[in-house]
Amino acid sequence: MIRSTHLSLRGHKVDVLIGGDGPDLVFFHGAAGVTAEDPLLTTLAAQYRVHAPLLPGYGESAEATHLRDMLDVTLHSQDVVEELGLARPILVGHSLGGMIAAEMAAIAPREVEKLALIAPFGLWLGDHPIPDIFATLPHELPALLFHDAALGEQLMTGGLHLEDPQFLIGFLVKSARQLGMAGKLLFPIPDRGLGDRLYRVRARTLILWGENDRLIPPIYASAFAAAITGARVVILPEAGHLVTVEKPDAIRAALAAAGFG
Amino acid sequence: MRFTWFNLMPWPDMPDDFREKHRSVWVDIDPHLFDPVRGHEVYNTYLDQLEYAASLGFDGIGCNEHHQNGYGLMPSPNLIAASLARRTEKVALVVLGNSIALYNPPIRVAEEFAMLDVISGGRLVAGFPVGTSMDTNYCYGQIPALTREKYAEAHELILRAWTAEAPFAFNGRYTKLRYVNIWPRPLQKPYPPIHIPGGGSLETYDFCLDNTYSYSYLSFSGYLRARALMAGYWDRVAARHTPDDSPYRAGFAQTICVAETDAEAERLYAEHVLYFYNRCLHIFPGFADAPGYRTVKTIQSGALAQYGARFRYQPVTWGELIEGGHVIAGSPETVRQRLEDLIRGLRVGNLYCLIHVGNMPTEKTMYSTRLFAERVMPALRHIWRDYDWDERFWCHPLRHAVRPAELRGALPAPSQGMVA
Repeated sequence: MIRSTHLSLRGHKVDVLIGGDGPDLVFFHGAAGVTAEDPLLTTLAAQYRVHAPLLPGYGESAEATHLRDMLDVTLHSQDVVEELGLARPILVGHSLGGMIAAEMAAIAPREVEKLALIAPFGLWLGDHPIPDIFATLPHELPALLFHDAALGEQLMTGGLHLEDPQFLIGFLVKSARQLGMAGKLLFPIPDRGLGDRLYRVRARTLILWGENDRLIPPIYASAFAAAITGARVVILPEAGHLVTVEKPDAIRAALAAAGFG
Repeated sequence: MRFTWFNLMPWPDMPDDFREKHRSVWVDIDPHLFDPVRGHEVYNTYLDQLEYAASLGFDGIGCNEHHQNGYGLMPSPNLIAASLARRTEKVALVVLGNSIALYNPPIRVAEEFAMLDVISGGRLVAGFPVGTSMDTNYCYGQIPALTREKYAEAHELILRAWTAEAPFAFNGRYTKLRYVNIWPRPLQKPYPPIHIPGGGSLETYDFCLDNTYSYSYLSFSGYLRARALMAGYWDRVAARHTPDDSPYRAGFAQTICVAETDAEAERLYAEHVLYFYNRCLHIFPGFADAPGYRTVKTIQSGALAQYGARFRYQPVTWGELIEGGHVIAGSPETVRQRLEDLIRGLRVGNLYCLIHVGNMPTEKTMYSTRLFAERVMPALRHIWRDYDWDERFWCHPLRHAVRPAELRGALPAPSQGMVA
């Protein structure tokens, strides 16, 4: 059972989803955000004490105009871990959250011992450009994000039609807040120099990727693995970029197999 | 009343099946559609039209900034304004404007506008748009959520650069300069009048009122749809106890076509107007609004207008455009009546007249322009005569400006002779 709580950082409210028992694990969500019902959080809570802080503008977290760039957000995320009173928790990050977790491990290598990056942003391969999520229309998203686009659409809309005004207004308002924040790290090219810093990572690193990720193709898994000493790659079949929704059990199993526990 | 003849400079050769075969007129428009030899002719024709409008007594001739855009061939409006400075005399050069968040460092804008003002003898009317999401974010890569902060800093820097009495250091978040000391300085003091293109946000209303800038609504949707937005502006003027409500505090852009009769207007201009509305405005909706560029409140009020109906601007007819007020077209008397309605209804002192439309050939453009200048403009000229005192929002040219010298051909050799 995941519940929502919050803490205050420099006068700004930070929403944190917490639940489960076991070793401490901090999960950094992707650009689409995360909720208490998220399949991966629920699955991980069976084995870990899960903490999922929400970025500014996501959920109940206050917008933070003073966080402008990668370093600001990385240090903010470290501050959140500190404020939660956690010592060297397992860091797991998906997509945008993977980029943040990787930065944290590069900036403070002695603070991060176990790191799992699930289809992270942060690198850019000129021969394999990542589609522009900031110019993607709502009806184009399921095919980009899910292995099973039809099922993905169901999950996105809660059963409403993608062009149903009821769905669209809420979706666009949420997008403006969330992707406005995400854009500080991902727009127009999701590369803020992480590749130059990955050599500093000392954590035991697991890189997980959906085999059919059409947003960030799995070739990026190799690029991350090449840059982080000793990193292991696990490719998950029948999964797209939102592998966290499509294959939460496989992620949990991969973490266990890697000795994260 | 002040009339500015404005040319968007559209590419005139987009194919008939443009909507079907191409995703967008803007940002990722097919580069094969551009032909530079044809472009040479197009630019020079458009410059001829602007100069012609100046010769007919328009108060201003105008240009603006767009990037990677099939309906706006002016990535650098300052080049266009500079070209116009030499062959025109009294007319204002209305550059509406430079997207100041895009320039690095932004003193480039302070310098180029100062050059234009000095070269033209004080004829510059300057504009500082935040810019569209297409230009600012998708073409020029600015981070949407930071664009407004960067704009505000650029604005502060440019104004200080224009007015400082001594070199100064500027420690901004986005721009750091040890020695700000631009040469040349603007001719108009303290600086040229400034018009701000806006789209209805309260922040932009206040920005204009705080700085005594004219608020300009540049839309292609016409005056009927603009009423609520402009009423919002004038409500704000009143609510803030602004010392006056001079109509020169506001401007509006309107597509206008004049002929001898209403029927002739349709016959002459319909195909060119439809070219503009059905091809030039064919913009991929994914580029319309980068997340974070607009405020949440703005999206809540207007999101579906943009994203509805399978996310597409639907084809329109001449009748719908006239009925909806997107286009004011007809005989001089028809146009005069509707423009008077526009000018009084929106309470605007500056009218940006979009008379060249879409792929309109130059003969038709000049015909429509001349009829407007001779038979419409005089009848509307004095609508705001109670505000003739208001010179704040227009340029103040030199009384005795220098004219370009005659080209003198081969000069005689200096008397001492040349060394071979």
